[in-house]
Amino acid sequence: MKPPGRLPRSSLGSLILIATVIGCSAAAFAYTAGWLSPGRLTPDRMIAALTPPSGPPLGHRRNHAKGICFAGTFEANGNGVELSRAKVFAQGRYPVLGRFNLGTADPSAVDATVRVRGIGLQISAADGEEWRMALINPPVFAVATPDAFHDLLVAAGKKDPEAMKAFSHANPEFAAFAAWAKAAPWTASYAEEPYNSLNSFVFTNAKGDEHAVRWSLVPTAAPVPVAQADLEKLGPDFLEQDITARVQSAPQRWTMVTIVADPGDPTADPSRPWPENRRKVQVGTLVVERIEAERDGPCRDINFDPTVLPQGVRVSDDPFPAARSSVYRRSYDLRAAEARDYPRTEAAEP
Amino acid sequence: MTSAPHRFAPIQRLLHWLMAVCILVMLFVGVGMVSTVAPKYLPLIEIHKTLGLALLFLVLIRLALRLRFGAPPLPADLPPAVKLGARLSHLLLYGFMMIMPLLGLGMLWAAAYPVVLYGGIQVTALLPQSDGVHTLLWNAHVYLGLALFALVLLHLAAALFHALIRRDGVFATISPLPQRERMKPAE
Repeated sequence: MKPPGRLPRSSLGSLILIATVIGCSAAAFAYTAGWLSPGRLTPDRMIAALTPPSGPPLGHRRNHAKGICFAGTFEANGNGVELSRAKVFAQGRYPVLGRFNLGTADPSAVDATVRVRGIGLQISAADGEEWRMALINPPVFAVATPDAFHDLLVAAGKKDPEAMKAFSHANPEFAAFAAWAKAAPWTASYAEEPYNSLNSFVFTNAKGDEHAVRWSLVPTAAPVPVAQADLEKLGPDFLEQDITARVQSAPQRWTMVTIVADPGDPTADPSRPWPENRRKVQVGTLVVERIEAERDGPCRDINFDPTVLPQGVRVSDDPFPAARSSVYRRSYDLRAAEARDYPRTEAAEP
Repeated sequence: MTSAPHRFAPIQRLLHWLMAVCILVMLFVGVGMVSTVAPKYLPLIEIHKTLGLALLFLVLIRLALRLRFGAPPLPADLPPAVKLGARLSHLLLYGFMMIMPLLGLGMLWAAAYPVVLYGGIQVTALLPQSDGVHTLLWNAHVYLGLALFALVLLHLAAALFHALIRRDGVFATISPLPQRERMKPAE
């Protein structure tokens, strides 16, 4: 045994070595955490770009902040089994929890001012396995990549009109969405809207065959075009009033249609539609049976993360579901921590 | 016991190094996954959940082995304050290894996220959805995770200090390498 207190001659070198090992480990950790990379697109940066100048919608989702809950049923007709072994495609009835919503970061937005309408769904199989999704009404997504979506948010947030021009020039795929936003007819009801996955996923059936797919919820209610100016006369919350009244009088239905890609169809880019003649399979019906306010409703604390998928469905090379999952999760963490800013009972509001 | 072991048992050493690698992976994956929106986010989350639960089982085995086999004594000439620090830091490391997976699982349960591991294994939720509980557990998981990384660095620095500077045989007690039989006082 060495006598205590006597350090070998090489101890200075050893100390430097130890300091280097610890320093490099800490630096690698900081790099991995993004602390040294302010340019990295993090969920926090995406949420900062979503946040309006007036501040974040405390207690609410950071996007699609205005919404109303519903409960219902997915009635599977069994046709989906050929495409995916997801349990909820076997003929039968499966409980659904969902949320109609508007594509805005303002939970008190006037309904007639928001172009994009959406639906969040959670379908549960008998064993509790969940499938969550969040679909919107435009036929194509606005941009090709999550980075371009961030650029879009930044450009749209600027007062300078040149910013959007420059963005459109740099992201020509935006034209198709812009044309839809400008020209597509508005309706006065969530029940008259189609809702599209836009993102591509991969279905795997019991034999192991794989198909790239997108899907849509096609409304049974016939869409009645209404001028945007006339919608403004209906009051700020007409969509919630309308869907509540409709569902009270009768359940509202959508047909779930799976669109199967041909080889070579663009799966990685939701701004590019697939040709109209692609195979379509009707796999069931969404029945919305009960509307509940979001404030104390069952959808309030559900994150409609599109990567919560059952066996038989997985993500494709489309980069959006992962990006959405990452950002939705951060949004959830934030709003859960701010619950007191969105009290569950109306009376508690100041 | 008449004679304390002069090294940890081989199974203890194996578990130590296996878990050391896994814990480092967990810490780096953890801070990496929450700072990206890239497609790798999804596999990173899956690795973090699967490996985290595996580590929970491993630490229970490790704890049982520690109680069964004990630990070699620290060198007699180590100052009492340093000995105390060593004991406390190891106690803390065990505490972190036990609580971090539980906090991670709990925060997912409290957010009503299905916990699905690699291979599609579903873990049944044992907590109801609650925004308050989620926030508490989320904060604890994040900040204790950062504290654990700091403790791991301290542990590493101390190990290197014993191995390179004091050369007092402490590192040999856990070294993964087969050991030349050290000279015994009687020989």
